[in-house]
Amino acid sequence: MINTYWRKTVPKIIINNKEVEFEEGMTVLQACELAGAEIPRFCYHERLSIAGNCRMCLVEMENSPKPIASCAMPATNGMKIKTNTLFVDKARKGVMEFLLANHPLDCPVCDQGGECDLQDQSLLYGFDHSRYTENKRQVNEKYMGPLIKTEMTRCIHCTRCIRFATEVAGIPELGAIGRGEDMEITTYLEKSMESELSANVIDLCPVGALTSKPYAFESRPWDLKKTETIDVMDAVGSNIRVDTYGWEVKRVLPRVNEDINEEWISDKTRYACDGLLKQRLDTPYIRENGRLRKSSWDQALKLLIIKLKSFNPNEIAGLVGDLADLEMIYSFKSFFEKCIGSTNLECRQDRIYINPQERMNYIFNSTISGIEDSDFILLVGTNPRLEATILNARIRKAYIKNKLKIYSIGDVGDLTYPYQNIGSNTSIIKEIVSGSHEISNKIKKAKKPMIIIGDSALYGKSGKYVFETLKNFLSDNNFIKKNWNALNILTQQASRVGAIDFGVYSVNETENFSFFNKVDNDDFKLIYLLGADNINFDKKNKFIVYQGSHGDKGAEIADIILPGAAYTEKNGLFVNLEGKLQSAYKASYPPGDAREDWIIFKDLANMMKKPLGFNNIKHLRESINKQIQSKIKNGVKKNIEVDFIEENISVKPIDYYYTNSIARSSKVMSECRQISKRFLFTGIEKAS
Amino acid sequence: MSIKKISKIQPESFELSKDNLLEAENEIKKYPNDRKASAILALLFLVQKQNDNWLPLAAIKYVAKFLGVPYIQVYEVSTFYSMFNLSPVGKYFVQVCTTTPCMMKGSKKILDICKKYISKNPHELSENKLCSWTEVECLGACVNAPMMQINQDYFEDLDENSTEEIIQTLLEDKLPKPGSAKNRKNTAPEKGKTTLLEVKNA
Amino acid sequence: MLKDEDRIFKNLYNDLGWDIDSAITRGDWLQTKDHISKGKDWIIKEIKDSELRGRGGAGFPTGLKLSFAPKELGSRPHYLVINADESEPGTCKDRDILRFEPQKLIEGCLITSYSISAHTCYIYIRGEYLREGQRLQEAINQSYQKNFLGKNACGSGWDLDIHLHYGAGAYICGEETALLESLEGKKGLPRLKPPFPALVGLYGCPTIVNNVETVAVIPTILRKGAKWFSSLGKPKNTGTKIFCISGDVNNPCNVEEEMSIPLKDLIEKHAGGVVGGWNNLQAVIPGGSSMPLLPKSVCETIEMDFDSLIKAKSGLGTAGVIVINKDQDIIRCIARIAKFYKHESCGQCTPCREGCGWMWRMLERMAEGEATYKEIELLYDVTKQIEGHTICAFGEGAAWPVQGLLRHFKKEIEKRSHEEPLIKKKSNIPYLIDQHLLEKDSA
Repeated sequence: MINTYWRKTVPKIIINNKEVEFEEGMTVLQACELAGAEIPRFCYHERLSIAGNCRMCLVEMENSPKPIASCAMPATNGMKIKTNTLFVDKARKGVMEFLLANHPLDCPVCDQGGECDLQDQSLLYGFDHSRYTENKRQVNEKYMGPLIKTEMTRCIHCTRCIRFATEVAGIPELGAIGRGEDMEITTYLEKSMESELSANVIDLCPVGALTSKPYAFESRPWDLKKTETIDVMDAVGSNIRVDTYGWEVKRVLPRVNEDINEEWISDKTRYACDGLLKQRLDTPYIRENGRLRKSSWDQALKLLIIKLKSFNPNEIAGLVGDLADLEMIYSFKSFFEKCIGSTNLECRQDRIYINPQERMNYIFNSTISGIEDSDFILLVGTNPRLEATILNARIRKAYIKNKLKIYSIGDVGDLTYPYQNIGSNTSIIKEIVSGSHEISNKIKKAKKPMIIIGDSALYGKSGKYVFETLKNFLSDNNFIKKNWNALNILTQQASRVGAIDFGVYSVNETENFSFFNKVDNDDFKLIYLLGADNINFDKKNKFIVYQGSHGDKGAEIADIILPGAAYTEKNGLFVNLEGKLQSAYKASYPPGDAREDWIIFKDLANMMKKPLGFNNIKHLRESINKQIQSKIKNGVKKNIEVDFIEENISVKPIDYYYTNSIARSSKVMSECRQISKRFLFTGIEKAS
Repeated sequence: MSIKKISKIQPESFELSKDNLLEAENEIKKYPNDRKASAILALLFLVQKQNDNWLPLAAIKYVAKFLGVPYIQVYEVSTFYSMFNLSPVGKYFVQVCTTTPCMMKGSKKILDICKKYISKNPHELSENKLCSWTEVECLGACVNAPMMQINQDYFEDLDENSTEEIIQTLLEDKLPKPGSAKNRKNTAPEKGKTTLLEVKNA
Repeated sequence: MLKDEDRIFKNLYNDLGWDIDSAITRGDWLQTKDHISKGKDWIIKEIKDSELRGRGGAGFPTGLKLSFAPKELGSRPHYLVINADESEPGTCKDRDILRFEPQKLIEGCLITSYSISAHTCYIYIRGEYLREGQRLQEAINQSYQKNFLGKNACGSGWDLDIHLHYGAGAYICGEETALLESLEGKKGLPRLKPPFPALVGLYGCPTIVNNVETVAVIPTILRKGAKWFSSLGKPKNTGTKIFCISGDVNNPCNVEEEMSIPLKDLIEKHAGGVVGGWNNLQAVIPGGSSMPLLPKSVCETIEMDFDSLIKAKSGLGTAGVIVINKDQDIIRCIARIAKFYKHESCGQCTPCREGCGWMWRMLERMAEGEATYKEIELLYDVTKQIEGHTICAFGEGAAWPVQGLLRHFKKEIEKRSHEEPLIKKKSNIPYLIDQHLLEKDSA
């Protein structure tokens, strides 16, 4: 008795006469994959609910006269499955013939060609000729917005797109109308999809029914060079694959990373890439008599050095932009310290409060995948749908899975899942902390609560109060532990966490915004903008140096422009909002005379005869690694008590498709922006 | 079933009348609180009842908002089920069953009469705008074939003469008497019952 | 022939009045309370002993089905759903029960609901049956007035509410899981099984779905005893059944007869014989349109029950008997059925969505004599590719009648088909891919 009790029985399934152990809850299809038996499929997708409608995954089950759909059948102990019999083959061939019956033979002009599931499977299961001599079905194209091109005649009705929109994106806009062979996939009255994740349906579509509109007829997949890298459109650090043809970035596709973006990317990540081709700075510029004129590197750098030497180091400041990688940040900082002797550095263009004493004060501690374990979420002044779309999708996933309670301080509109707005004033936080608010106890009772603090809450006079009070509240209630840290800061900029890690901020005991106070007081005579385009100060008489990739707001006011590389044009390290270090790879190269940014600083330093101590990327990386290591070791802990400041927490509106210089240069993004603006103007009603 | 044509002429807005609103509330009560969506079909029927037997797009939105479901779901439902009309039909909507049992008993002749008296093509209004007709699949009265449905009522055991008479009556804006045209008792054999000859209520 | 006293539906033709008082004088609602007081197990055992099989088409043993519901009420409520979405061509039996014997159904609902611990029962009635629905609603209201429904229904101590839900014209909603989807306010797309509705059904709760006739005979079975019911018909194919005889007979009618009655008796005795005499018979579809047809030779002797018909490679289905005589074009008859299935396919899964239209188009051409010999084989292949590969049984329902035609009337099709009919006839068909062959021929 005792023996059998301890011997936990692992269920086994027999696939093609081979015994395989599987986990409880698996489907036959998953078990078959364990056994190495590949099952063709169209409708089945790991991250979507099971539809079982394509019938391609039929397998033979012992004692069943009919073949069974393996994607939908739960595996049970002792089940006997065969996937390689004539019976199975015949069934699949039959299904394939039906799928092809009404599928057009337009592969030569179809953008899916080369990466089409139907094409691939028909190689294995297709007949060599068509027996279907009737007229093929013709389905009208549907309008689905500026990103998705439709060719609905090619649709095989797998409903992956519908399930994605309803389940993952949380915007039930896609549906199948009509019935039988006349069933058609469409949005409601052919409106454009109102989701920031909409273009993922293009990847999901197993055929060429939904293809990428901006990429239409651009290239063939086998002609593209594929580089696996990291996205910088937000601080999530989605894993992407950049496909290039020559210099041109043709498209951006998602890459699987279970901890971050699973296999989704936001529309901005995917489609801002055409901004990499436009508005590029490809040569240095110098302003003369109010006008920018092209110059050589030598000229520009020499002028810069003269200018740098003409000011007192205290009068020189540096501002790091949103898309900077660690190489840029580190070399910039080294340059400022070693060559200029200035510590006036800042990365917070948006002037929000930070407490850089500990690393956990400015990162997303619960981690993105941790959201799925959480049982309570309080959003404080943040709209994750626009600030970190992929993270929002994870919250939605957690909501679907655990039906967890979500509250928000600050009204943020539709987040694709239900939440309760509990007001928008710092007084709510006071109530929560003092225990007089109803959710106070809910947080205390929760096993793994999360408080997500956004930029809007950290902005303004009360930012310090909001952060420190909530942090103290969490640590008092023992929610800041090794295995679960409930404190989360939702940053929006790809460079932010890395810049804070490297100390690119001007913060002292009493003053959090000394840098900007000095800017406003005109204490700085020269400001060096490192890809900083979201600037909010007046130029006045300041001398502005802009180094970056795009002719945007920064370049507009600059006196010297140094052309840099964009994120797809260099090897770079990025720290995402969770504090994860990820490596981006060079997919293309900078246009014209533009150079990788760290090389510019290296050259400048050499010209000033104050070398930075690294001459190649290897040395640079070594220095960066040292810096990272030391940062993790050094942590000073100190509780800060802040007096209550009453202030409204209003979530700042975000111009979602225009958040950085690349997106602002993108034609596709501005189309999307136009459409989303139109939604606001026409006041489209929310369905639910 | 081909995709239904959506009428090009659409009313600006739609709202259920007071009585129908009450009825809608009663329909919703049939289902658990969090399962309001179950009443979609019932509400669409109410809309059709109020709106001359067809569904304008405004009503689809109205029903969706009323029940708190996405527009697309109501739209899907209204295109899936054959009883919902997305463009106007006649005040008298003649639906002729043409599935095998009725076909064998001569539903083609009935169609011909419809074509002759009402309109050439299905879903077209008659000259006096009162009637339209269409072919439908089995209406479940096969023993009384051939048959047709006019609005809610079944007209059974038809032949050319009786159909002509019925259609003529319709065109005069009158609803003829529903049921068997041969005065047959329900589904009993026409020429005398063979069973239940002597049963009585006890 | 069945004696009138053994007939369950005495008011099948509405000779006696459908209202609740008439129904009570016919014996409805008699002993209902006593039956319920004997407990769930007794009821289910009695139904099992009666060997009642579902009347909706599949013929699944009803007692067994009821026993699949969880024994005790858990956190989720249980539901009974009555399938009154009668849309199978050739079938109109439930309509008469709804119109003329509603109390039998309502009483059956109470007993069945009790036996599966359901407090709510939905009757899903096809939308076209509006008048029948109104009648049923009246009958339900009458039952409420007499306290046969509602709190402590019929003094049994069991609470039951019955709600009517109208469909809106979709044959597929007769499939039990599609029906549940439709009841939840969605398109009627059949669900994947497992899980079966008995565990995960309406709103994710345990649900038993039964046909109108099945539930309506249960009270009588309990009153007269399982033995009485099982003594009728043959073992495993017991009891009485309402047959709908339509098509080319002199007196089409609905009639309640003993299970296993010879088909010939049914046609000759009750329906007044085949139009033009028995020898004019061409074929019979014995169980609603989805069952394969039987040629005349089989009709001579076949007995109308589940197992005999399966042996004859057909099925009892809903017992909608469609008689086709020699005046009819058999290919056209089946082509029309294929069109029906093409029209009613929900479009969810591939084989049925793409196959039904294909079958119909080929059959149409065969009826017109525009098909080639090759296509006869192809048609058979297509039916085989649909059958068994779909989510629900609709695929079989669409494929079987065509297979039946091919099995028994292949010669008829061959007679009309040609080797290369298009070239031979020089007909100009725009979609013909090999149009150039024609041109060459005529040049």
